[in-house]
Amino acid sequence: MAADAPPPSTEQHRLPGAEEFTEVQESAEFGELRRSYRSFAFPLTVGFIVWYLLYVLLSNYAGGFMGTKLFGNINVAFVFGVLQFASTFLIAWWYSRHAAAKLDPKAEAIKTRMEGGA
Amino acid sequence: MSPAITHVTLAANEASEHRGLIITLFALFVVATLGITVWAGRQTKDAADFYAGGRQFSAFQNGLAVSGDYMSAASFLGIAGAIALYGYDGFLYSIGFLVAWLVALLLVAEPLRNSGRYTMGDVLAYRMRQRPVRTAAGTSTIVVSIFYLLAQMAGAGVLVSLLLGITSDAGKILIVALVGVLVIVYVSIGGMKGTTWVQMVKAVLLIGGTVLITFLVLLKFNFNISDLLGKAAENSGKGDAFLEPGLQYGADNLTKLDFISLGVALVLGTAGLPHILIRFYTVPSAQAARKSVNWAIGIIGGFYLMTLALGFGAAALISQEEIIASNPSGNTAAPLLALHIGGVDSAWGAILLATISAVAFATILAVVAGLTLASSSSFAHDIYANVIRRGKATEKEEMKAARWATVLIGVVSIALGALARDLNVAGLVALAFAVAASANLPTILYSLFWKRFTTQGALWSIYGGLIVAVGLVLFSPVVSGDPKAMFPDVDFAWFPLKNPGIISIPFGFLMGWLGTVLSKEEPDTKKYAELEVRSLTGTGAH
Repeated sequence: MAADAPPPSTEQHRLPGAEEFTEVQESAEFGELRRSYRSFAFPLTVGFIVWYLLYVLLSNYAGGFMGTKLFGNINVAFVFGVLQFASTFLIAWWYSRHAAAKLDPKAEAIKTRMEGGA
Repeated sequence: MSPAITHVTLAANEASEHRGLIITLFALFVVATLGITVWAGRQTKDAADFYAGGRQFSAFQNGLAVSGDYMSAASFLGIAGAIALYGYDGFLYSIGFLVAWLVALLLVAEPLRNSGRYTMGDVLAYRMRQRPVRTAAGTSTIVVSIFYLLAQMAGAGVLVSLLLGITSDAGKILIVALVGVLVIVYVSIGGMKGTTWVQMVKAVLLIGGTVLITFLVLLKFNFNISDLLGKAAENSGKGDAFLEPGLQYGADNLTKLDFISLGVALVLGTAGLPHILIRFYTVPSAQAARKSVNWAIGIIGGFYLMTLALGFGAAALISQEEIIASNPSGNTAAPLLALHIGGVDSAWGAILLATISAVAFATILAVVAGLTLASSSSFAHDIYANVIRRGKATEKEEMKAARWATVLIGVVSIALGALARDLNVAGLVALAFAVAASANLPTILYSLFWKRFTTQGALWSIYGGLIVAVGLVLFSPVVSGDPKAMFPDVDFAWFPLKNPGIISIPFGFLMGWLGTVLSKEEPDTKKYAELEVRSLTGTGAH
C-alpha cells in the first residue's frame, strides 16, 4: 500500500529495494547532489522572499519615498513593481541554468545506475 | 436615477443589442471545447490518462495549460478592477501572484513530479501512515478548491449581469448552473487530457484578447505610459495618490497589516494550490516540469504587465462612478474598457465587449474545470481508493469514483456560486491562497525536506492551518459585518483582517513542527531515504 508513489513505469526498469535507497542516500555522490541543490535553492528562496517583503513593507510604510517621481508620472513604486517582475524572470532563468548544468547530470547518473542495477 | 447609472444601463442596453454576437462567440467556444472533450474522452483509457493526461504533454503545452489554469477571473477581472478603483494597490496582486511561482519552481515542482503520482496527497502521505494523511490532504484539497471556485462563480455572475442586463438572481443562478454543468461534462468525460486542452485554448484566447485591448489602450496614448498614468490619476479624481501605494490599504495600521497579510498569502499560496500541483504530473519528467514552470512564468508575467494597461486604462477612460455602478468591486472594469475603447455607441465597441466577455467566460470555465478535476481526483485517489477501499479498489472503480465525484463537486459549486456575488473576485481568490499556504505548503515542504517529520506533524499542520485559516475568514469582515460582506446584514466578525495569512500561515508551520517534536512515533527513515532519493533524482519516475 505504501508503495503507492512513483508513476508506473512504461518501460522495463528495475525498481531498487529499500536498502539500496538508504545506501544511496548516505553516499557521497548523493550528498553532493543534495548540497548542490539546497545550497542554491534555499538561500535564493530566502533572498527573493526578503526582496518581495521589502517591497510590501516599503509600499506600506514609505509612501513618500515610493511616491517620488522619477520621470513623467513614473514613480519609484512603479519602477519597484516592475523590478519585481524583472527579478522573477531573472531568478527563474538563473535557477534553470544551475539545474541543467549542476543538478541534472548528477541526478541522471544516480538514476541510471539505480535503475540499471549496476 | 443618477446620471452614472443611466449611463451604465445604456451601456448594458448597447450590449444587449449585440447579445446575439456574445452568445454566438461563447457558443463557438463551447462547441469547440466539447469537441475536444469528446476526443480526449475516447483517449482516456486508464487512471494515468484520467488523472495525468497520460503524462505526454510537452513542457510548452503544459506551460500554456498551467497559465490557463492560473490566470483566473481573479487575474483578469479582479486585478484590472482593483487597479481601476484603487490604482497602484491593485498592482500588488499581480506582483504577489507572479513572484509566488518561484516557490513552485525552486522548491516544489520537480520533487513533486519525481515522487508523486496523481495528487498532492501522494507526496504528503509518501512516508506517513496513509489513511489519516490522505484524508487530511483530500480535505484540504477540496476546501482550497471550493474557495477558489467561489471566486470564479462570482465572476460568472458578475459578467452575465453586465452583458445581458440580467440583474435578477434567477438569471445569475442560471448562468452559474450553466458553467457548472459544462464543467461537469468537460471533466468527467475528458479527464485531465480534455481539461488540459481546454486550458490551452483558453490561455491563447485570453492572451490574444488582452494583447488586443492593451494595444488599443496604448495606441490611444501614443504608447506613452507616463501619459496613460497621468490621465488615470486625473480621471480617478484622486490625483497622484492613485499612482502610489496606500489608497486601498493605507488608511490605518490595521489595513496596513491586512496588506502584509495579503502579500504573504499571495507569495506562499501558489505552491500549495492542488489544481496547479497536479499539472506537474502531466509531463514526462522533472526537467519538463521545470521548463513548463518557466513557460508559465513568462506567459503569466507578460499577462500581468498587460493588466496594468487594462486597469489604468479603465481608470483613464471611464469615470469611477460608472465603474462602481456597474460592479461595486470593479470586477467589470475590463469588459467596460473594451466597450469604451471601441466606442460606446459603435458596433466596434460592442464587438470588443462581446469578444472580451466571451474570453472571460472561457477563462472561468477553464479554471473551474481545473479546480473540479483537482478535487475529484483527490476524492477518488486519496479518499476513495486509499482510505475507504484501503488501496484495494481497481483502476476502473477508482475512475468511476472520480467521475461521480466530479458531478458532486460540480453541483456543490453551483450551489455555493450563488452566495458570493458582489465580493471582489481577486479578494476571494486571495483567501484560497491563504488557506493553501497555511494548510498545504508547510506540509509539502516539511515532507520533502525535513527528515524527522512525522504523521502527527503532517496532520497537525494540515488541520491546524486549515481550521485557523478558514475559521478566521469566517469571523472576518469578508463574511459579515461589512457592507460588501457575504452576509452584510449580520455581524459576527471579531477578526479584523480580511486576509488571515499573517496568522494562519505561521500557525501551519508551527503546528507541523510542534506535532513532530511532540510525536511519540519514530520517523520512518527508510521511507524518507526513498522519498529523498526519488525526489532529487527521479529514480522510479517515468
